Amino acid sequence: MDIDLMMRVYPFFLTAAWVTVQLSVYTALLGLACGALGASMRLSRHALLRFIGAAYVSVFRGTPALIQLFILYFGGPQIGIQLTAFEAGVIGLGVNIGAYMTETIRGSIIAIDKGQREAARTLGMSGWQTMRKVILPQSARLMIRPLGVNINALIKGTALVAAISVVELTYTAQRYIGSTYKPFEMFMLSGVLYMVIIYGTGQAIKWLDRKARIV
Amino acid sequence: MTDQKPFLDIRNAQKSYGDLEVLKDISLQVQRGQIVAIIGPSGSGKSTLLRAINDLDPLTGGEVWLEDMQINKKLPHRQYEKHINQVRQNIGMVFQHFNLFPHLSVRGNVTLAPKMLKGISDDEANALAEEQLEKVGLLDRIDYYPSRLSGGQKQRVAIARALAMKPKVMLFDEATSALDPELVEEVNLVMKKLAEEHMTMVIVTHEMGFAEAVCDRVLFMDQGVVVEEGPPSKIFRNPDNERTQNFLRKHLANANR
Ligand SMILES: Nc1ncnc2c1ncn2[C@@H]1O[C@H](COP(=O)(O)OP(=O)(O)OP(=O)(O)O)[C@@H](O)[C@H]1O
Ligand SMILES: [Mg+2]
Repeated sequence: MDIDLMMRVYPFFLTAAWVTVQLSVYTALLGLACGALGASMRLSRHALLRFIGAAYVSVFRGTPALIQLFILYFGGPQIGIQLTAFEAGVIGLGVNIGAYMTETIRGSIIAIDKGQREAARTLGMSGWQTMRKVILPQSARLMIRPLGVNINALIKGTALVAAISVVELTYTAQRYIGSTYKPFEMFMLSGVLYMVIIYGTGQAIKWLDRKARIV
Repeated sequence: MTDQKPFLDIRNAQKSYGDLEVLKDISLQVQRGQIVAIIGPSGSGKSTLLRAINDLDPLTGGEVWLEDMQINKKLPHRQYEKHINQVRQNIGMVFQHFNLFPHLSVRGNVTLAPKMLKGISDDEANALAEEQLEKVGLLDRIDYYPSRLSGGQKQRVAIARALAMKPKVMLFDEATSALDPELVEEVNLVMKKLAEEHMTMVIVTHEMGFAEAVCDRVLFMDQGVVVEEGPPSKIFRNPDNERTQNFLRKHLANANR
């Protein structure tokens, strides 16, 4: 293993890791927003909204994320959507992971005993008041871990945007392989940095989950 | 007093789930301060009737009135929601499985709805919680979380939570059925106390002794109809209907076993 080479190029990989982190954060935020919206549609009183929510989930879970990215980035300009590679990456991955998060959030809401809703409604609380003060505080605790699983998948999924040439960890490795012909070292460097990011995120989620459990 | 307009008035209640007729034209009038027990075998429609009173399980036919207000009005969604949320503030309900909010303390459980719906200050809400918890004998548990309470204590908190809305009627659906036998009495005592304060109550129960001691009237339901109703002395000691007699006989046999 060419340790020397790895020592020489790792600062570039750190920069790339930072791009991966930013990509992940933006994607996660967009994913959560889409997930919240998707879940509220899936649980709506209105059949049309329920249908749209269900369609969203099945389309985005039922096709490869890579194809979704390609359609957005390469196909977008054809229909007047001009995005930078980074923007396309965030939007493509965010909307994709949002479909998974939709199901996570919905699952943690319907997991709450229906007696909770009945008790609140019986006191005269509205549907929304019940959701906000009784259901969501309980399902929020339930959803931390499964959302963590989604976020873990999302971070690994950011590697896909190398295919639309966002200069993140995977793309950077590929680029340095082109000039050094050392795929083992380069992919190892990327892999280790992915691990650090994923491990750190995992710890943060565990911490959140533990904090939420007190009471 | 007898020709007084009923306080709570259920008129020709019907309820079906598909082909299954759960309530078949049931009428029930409750006067202010009256305590009515509903007894009957499992699946006879007791819960369905009780839950129809606050439109938790809406009827498929018939009307429910509280004083001069029809509860189960057919209205456009938004108006209905506004209406029913207003109505339900007047009707306390206690469930078999307590349904306390596990993420809130006892204080939080009791004050949540009054704070949100009556716009009272934190101080007022606290005073209200203390008053209601005092009544159910749990003032010393005000800062506990439900997970640390016994079943009997949970149910008493649930009663305090309902009372904090100052309801005009209290509905109990087998409030003591989920409790260990030694915890039943503490809940019964609270309910007796409410009876002494002339709270209007409709109580679905399997405890004939309690019903006999506390209630003014007893309804025996079977297969979605009221088979027989009358004062407890009559229903429990000297029922006319054969089905009532059989039910009570079986029930006694089970209880003594
Ligand atoms: N959501 C529902 N869908 C279909 N059938 C239902 C539903 N809820 C209740 N039922 C049926 O309605 C009938 C009456 O139920 P209900 O819960 O009112 O009985 P109950 O007298 O309260 O019985 P128990 O003593 O067991 O509580 C039962 O046959 C029950 O299976
Ligand atoms: Mg029942």
